[in-house]
Amino acid sequence: MRRDPLRDPIRFVDERTGAAPFARKALRYLFPDHWSFLLGEVALYAFVVLVATGIFLTLFFEPSLAKTVYDGSYEPLRGAEMSHAYRSAVELSFDVKAGLLFRQTHHWAADVFVAAIVAHLLRIFFTGAFRKPRELTYLIGLAMLFLGLLEGYLGYSMVDDLLSGMGLAIGYGVALSLPLIGGNLALLIWGGPYPGDPAFESRMYIGHVLLFPAILAALIGLHLALVAARHHTQFRDGRGQTGRRLVGVPAFPGQAPRSLGLLCAVASVLFLLGGLVQINPIWLWGPYETALGTNGAQPDWYLGWLIGGLRLVPGFDVVIGDRTVVPNPFWGGALFPLVVLAVLVAWSWIDRRITGSHGVHNVLDRPRDAPLRTAFGLGFLTWIFLVFFAGSSDRFFVFLGISYEAQIWFWRFGVWIIPAIVAVAAFRSCRALQQFERVEATREAAEEEARALSAPPEPERAQPRG
Amino acid sequence: MRFLRRLVGLFVAARTVRELARRPDEEPRIVEPGEPDPRAEAAVIVLLLLAAAAAVLFVVAYALEWSTQVLGGALGASLALVAAALLVVGARLVVTEELAEEYPRTGTPEEQDAVARIVRESGSRFTRKRLLGAAAATAGGALGAALVTPALSLGPALDTSQLNETPWRRGLRLVDRDGRPYTAQDIEDAFYTAFPEGADPKAIGSPIVLVRLDPGELRLPRGRERWAPDGIVAYSKICTHAGCAVALYRNPKFEPAQPDRALVCPCHYSTFDVATGGTVLFGPAGRPLPQLPLMVDAGGDMRAAGGFSGPVGPSWWGVRSS
Repeated sequence: MRRDPLRDPIRFVDERTGAAPFARKALRYLFPDHWSFLLGEVALYAFVVLVATGIFLTLFFEPSLAKTVYDGSYEPLRGAEMSHAYRSAVELSFDVKAGLLFRQTHHWAADVFVAAIVAHLLRIFFTGAFRKPRELTYLIGLAMLFLGLLEGYLGYSMVDDLLSGMGLAIGYGVALSLPLIGGNLALLIWGGPYPGDPAFESRMYIGHVLLFPAILAALIGLHLALVAARHHTQFRDGRGQTGRRLVGVPAFPGQAPRSLGLLCAVASVLFLLGGLVQINPIWLWGPYETALGTNGAQPDWYLGWLIGGLRLVPGFDVVIGDRTVVPNPFWGGALFPLVVLAVLVAWSWIDRRITGSHGVHNVLDRPRDAPLRTAFGLGFLTWIFLVFFAGSSDRFFVFLGISYEAQIWFWRFGVWIIPAIVAVAAFRSCRALQQFERVEATREAAEEEARALSAPPEPERAQPRG
Repeated sequence: MRFLRRLVGLFVAARTVRELARRPDEEPRIVEPGEPDPRAEAAVIVLLLLAAAAAVLFVVAYALEWSTQVLGGALGASLALVAAALLVVGARLVVTEELAEEYPRTGTPEEQDAVARIVRESGSRFTRKRLLGAAAATAGGALGAALVTPALSLGPALDTSQLNETPWRRGLRLVDRDGRPYTAQDIEDAFYTAFPEGADPKAIGSPIVLVRLDPGELRLPRGRERWAPDGIVAYSKICTHAGCAVALYRNPKFEPAQPDRALVCPCHYSTFDVATGGTVLFGPAGRPLPQLPLMVDAGGDMRAAGGFSGPVGPSWWGVRSS
């Protein structure tokens, strides 16, 4: 028999696995051609870069709070007492070849990962892609977003620099504030009163490098499997798309080079950022101790909304008699993100109620097609964004001299009023756009009719009415 | 002649075999044909070679310990060039025809029915299903609880009273981070961090802030008249809001000397009045900073005159509210 370098290995695999029919289907899986469908892929590829760079970092990072004295090549910290965690992170940055590149790329990739998920979520939300039969895909996506936030928080918390410690103190305060179980839960997680048991560092570490990445990877697999099982949604833009007929470019050869190109482009941008743009210069913060804090401490962007929430709440604890029942951090640090998550989770059901549409939706809405959803979504997004923005009021005080307290008072009302205005404006804009399209359609129909009337009559080929 | 006929026969047979072997190529194509594009191919080759060059530059930069910027730039450039090559391949060298296909069916009722029947019919020998279900739920719940119980090893979860504990006792000296005792003369119009002598400085109940005020400015709550010798007041340095260190001291040194002196937490800007016993002036904190009563011993060293006025650090369900 003649040898065929392509068919022989395919036959070898197929005869032993029966995979050929599956592979053929996978190669001809159709991807609708729209730029906004790449946002989820950007998140996926950022995750790939996170895993790759993260593995490198684990080979040098020592997750231990045991004391040591720094004697590496960074002069200002020499002789300082610090934990092995912080020392190894600083050494990784200065004394391991390419270590700083990988650490910074890892950090940038985390920021881009969450940003891409959020952008992807907005696309899914405002086009109604979360609707039946894709509700589970949507819920898994939300789970990944919130796991991503936790994963990022753990990642920068275990370095044990000053910024880490301040973030952990806040995390402890928020955990303590949970009604009824807060005190017990915080003691369990930290292994004792703050700063907790030395094993707390190991707990963060195993969570960050194994437990949560493994869950994320499993959820990514499930998410993609569900997307493939129901196929992609699509816009109806005159290329023959309907709710039953999917139009797209096959995975191979059309989509594959684009998608691989996107992987390389994402990795390229992340390594360029990691090499050229400094992020989280931990050596400047110094080692953490319970008694230390610094002004101008800001977390990574994706936790900014929680800082804003914590800062905006007026100063009160819910107290019964002489006992605190609900401590203040609960509102901004726990209830706020839980409400955001709950609204997003419930939205696939709420949307069904307000649109009254229970069917299968393979064709996407344009935002104007669903004015209530768009109005609510924009109002909701504005609310979260303004709380996020209010979290940077201290920077506006420092740079522009605007009174911090005046800003906070402004936002305490603004975060409710402005989203309401945005929602009403969005609703009216959607309606106006719909109206405009109806008028356009009527005008075009009238012009068509006028053309038909002015054309010479063709009595013999007249079409029957109807 | 026979030989010649055989030869022709062989020739025909060989041609047939060759035809047969070639036939797969003549099957109808699955992927649409397209025109070759030699310029695009040349561009891809150039881009890939440049990517290789950038990758080599990365290795050289690594070996010669060039800067992080060169490392990241070279690796990023190499990846960007591969991305560009792939995009040219996608745009010019492979067919990107759009195809159409039916969406998969949403739900297969006959299979759903079969699954339900298999499960239901499999249970037809059970007569007391509810009782069995209850027993199974009991076993599952108890076993689940048993398996979760070891999680309690994580921490002393049941005893929240230790969240309250601080090392401060009457008579303990105030020392700085290096263990040197503070005397009353050390405290000027500034901001000091102190710890209990001999205790773990990292415990949440350890760090305090010391500030000196004019005794006439003090408006401490009743019962704390003797807590601030020479106008020196001490508060827990841990914010009662979310547990950060209250690391900022607002202390206007020239006119306008407003707003007044206060301790500020840099995390969420809870602002505490130093003159009135740590009461909240602004921000999210729900209760005052706990104050530590002070005394000055015969040698001039500062000592604690008792424990804090309230629980230290962030609040939890059931903690004393002041």
